[in-house]
Amino acid sequence: MPNFLEVNHLKVWDKSSGEVILHDSSFKVNAESCLAVVGESGSGKSVTCRAIMRLNKPWVSQSGEILLHGENLSFLSDKEMRQKRGKTMYLIMQHGMSAFDPSTVVGVHLYETLKQHFGWNKHEAAGHMSIAMKSVMLKEPMEIMNKYPHQLSGGMLQRIMIALALVLEPDLIIADEPTTALDTISQYEVLEQFLQLRERLGCSMIFVSHDLGMVRKLADEVLVMKNGVIVEQGSTESIFTAAKHEYTRYLVSTKQTLNDHFKSVMGGQGVAKR
Amino acid sequence: MYKYMIKRFLISIPLLLIISFLTFVLIHLSPLDPAEVVLQAQGVPVITEELMVQTKQELGLDQPFLIRYLAWFASCLQLDFGDSYVTGQPVWSLLAPAFLNTVKLTMVSALLIIVLSIVLGVVCALREGKMTDKTVRGISFFVTAMPSYALAAILIWLFSVKLDLLPTSGMNSLSSYILPVIVIAVSYAGLYFRIIRSSMLNNLNENYVMYGRACGLPEHKITKTILRNSLQVAVSVFCMAVPIILGSTVVVENMFAWPGLGSLSVKSILSRDFPMIQAYVLVLATAFVLFNTVSDMINAAINPKLREGL
Amino acid sequence: MKMWKNMLQDKLALLSFSIISLVMVTGLFAPFIAPHDPYEVHMVLRYAGSSWTYWLGNDHLGRCILSRLIYGIRPSILWVFAALAVSVGIGAMLGFIAGYFRGKIDALLMRICDVMLSFPGTVMTLAIVGILGVGLENILTAFILMKWAWFARVIRTAVLQYSESDYVKFSKAIGVKPFKIIYRHIVPVTLSDIAVTASSSFGSMILQISGFSFLGLGIQAPHAEWGMMLNEARGVMFSRPEFMVAPALSIMIVVSAIHFFSDYLQVALNPKLRTSKHKAGDFAGTTTPRLQEKEVA
Repeated sequence: MPNFLEVNHLKVWDKSSGEVILHDSSFKVNAESCLAVVGESGSGKSVTCRAIMRLNKPWVSQSGEILLHGENLSFLSDKEMRQKRGKTMYLIMQHGMSAFDPSTVVGVHLYETLKQHFGWNKHEAAGHMSIAMKSVMLKEPMEIMNKYPHQLSGGMLQRIMIALALVLEPDLIIADEPTTALDTISQYEVLEQFLQLRERLGCSMIFVSHDLGMVRKLADEVLVMKNGVIVEQGSTESIFTAAKHEYTRYLVSTKQTLNDHFKSVMGGQGVAKR
Repeated sequence: MYKYMIKRFLISIPLLLIISFLTFVLIHLSPLDPAEVVLQAQGVPVITEELMVQTKQELGLDQPFLIRYLAWFASCLQLDFGDSYVTGQPVWSLLAPAFLNTVKLTMVSALLIIVLSIVLGVVCALREGKMTDKTVRGISFFVTAMPSYALAAILIWLFSVKLDLLPTSGMNSLSSYILPVIVIAVSYAGLYFRIIRSSMLNNLNENYVMYGRACGLPEHKITKTILRNSLQVAVSVFCMAVPIILGSTVVVENMFAWPGLGSLSVKSILSRDFPMIQAYVLVLATAFVLFNTVSDMINAAINPKLREGL
Repeated sequence: MKMWKNMLQDKLALLSFSIISLVMVTGLFAPFIAPHDPYEVHMVLRYAGSSWTYWLGNDHLGRCILSRLIYGIRPSILWVFAALAVSVGIGAMLGFIAGYFRGKIDALLMRICDVMLSFPGTVMTLAIVGILGVGLENILTAFILMKWAWFARVIRTAVLQYSESDYVKFSKAIGVKPFKIIYRHIVPVTLSDIAVTASSSFGSMILQISGFSFLGLGIQAPHAEWGMMLNEARGVMFSRPEFMVAPALSIMIVVSAIHFFSDYLQVALNPKLRTSKHKAGDFAGTTTPRLQEKEVA
């Protein structure tokens, strides 16, 4: 199977302080497969995602090769890159609550994006969005599109982002901790949507998460990061059963003990923990 | 929305009552006896005990405190602030035209401040760290450190004396507005453009900007979004600026002999014209509170999140 | 202290601080530094230009401008500083009480602050001066009355933030007396917020005071004050504009220095702003590579 996305010797550093945020990192994502990136916060997961999209802050520099379909993204002009974003590669953000322009209704962002990539007018865009939104269990899509971000819940906004992915049909979806900011029930629902998303679009996916339970359900391969270094990568099964690196084993065991503890306390019931 | 407006308006009423009470009390904290002041102001050569008693009666000063307050408050509601100790004319007949002149000056200045700060703020934010940004910020630094009367003096010296282009003082034609408005606008715009600039820069780091870019939206659309969000902050700042300027045109008015509240208040203070001072404080404090109320309402209209807060 | 070390590296901050301290010390020791008696009238020397005896020349009564400038530091800067210190002191005390004890005291104090802050500052200062009479001490009284509420507000917010921290909770739990906690744990950390707020108010207060003096509402003749010196020079503004230069420049230099220094303090004392480009929380994890179990779960 050909490698769909190949990242070679990616290095990210802070220009002003010279601090290296991501050390020499290389990994691959196969076509139609899902790579999970796990690690504690600050380990460089989000920076990696943004580096692939070339969306890091202006004071952050990156070097190395990012090959998408064999095309090196580092060589693209800003304009070419802009055309790739959204249509070819799509980012689902961690905080649905802050991902949409707070001063307008969420629909505006959706219409503008679709107009940009497909040239649709508002009516066409609304039509496509409605179908997609219904399929991610958002009832009354027209009403939702006329609401301000703060009037919707984090889970709903996360699902709107997923619905937009369904319409854009990108080749690569990068989901940066899409469920972290959600309560347990919404987390479960959003995870379901992700499973369906993969099934329907057949796209590749990079899924960043703290939640090893989700990773196990969704991912084919796992990448473990610590302090800006990739400490281990391998198939999901091998990571969970036969981790080589001490840190990976630590992560897996912490998850296990916490899970057991949680279950014993809650009697197996999920609880909202906003 | 209407519910919010009514609520917000009701909150300002007790505040206005407190202000009126404090204004009334203030006058009675004075070390001088009002009767004495009146007699002095009227140029009575020898103030006798009998004259004092008589004047006190005339002024109603022999009544109990609370009754005097209520009577004063009732007449204030009808815009009757009493007579000036100095000229004997009704206070309102002197105050009203001055107030109007100050409002005119304030409005024109506020307009210029808004335009200047938005333009400078946006330009500096988009050119952060570049030459334009540094120059504008540098100049603003020194301008805000300059006392406004010094700036006024420089401008008068340059444009009125040396170049003989603009009138030095008074309020005779439209050109009389130019210098005072510039002095007020420059010192405030120097502060406010920084607010817009930093708010633009803050928004630049927001998640929605990243998501917009991740969706492939063009930069000009993203800039527009940032501007719209930054202006929300700016609106509240500008709304607050109007009452602040209204109350602090004193120096500029005196410098340019502008026939407004500022000139009038200093004159009254120097001649200890208590009813005048009282009316001045009451009118401006009321305007201040009302402007704040209105600015909160405008804010709520623009920012839907605030509306639900109250 | 790290702050001082940083300042030595930041030349602009160092310069600002030197200017401020130099001016204040000069004002404090004015009688020893001023070359002449600031009240000594020489009608012969009216409007004289600068000379070896009178470096900055003489004013409309032939008094030494330099000496008047030096004596003028006292009302223009030192007394303003004193008023600032008093209102910060009142504000801090009430802010600490409100922020630490919360509850009814907090609610009451904050309502009072709301009322105080809903008065327009300049107008109320004018009102107080109008009633108590013109004079520096009345303006300073007015300043203290009008400004404490603002400081109380800011300091309360800072205290709230820190009194929720774990070490304060711990101290409370082991039964340390409230005032000891405030003194030992809260005062030191809120000091930076206080310094930033106070320093940024200082500049505007100096400008305001000089404005009132310029209007003739502040200190009375023959005392020297920068704003009043400008007022005196105003009479000959058209014929001899150069007489406005010395006092106007003095005010500008001092206020600029205070602004610069206050900006510096804000950055130096606020670790979040020190790397100003990094918004808080952006890479918040990089400095604490500690496994946070809460997040991994």
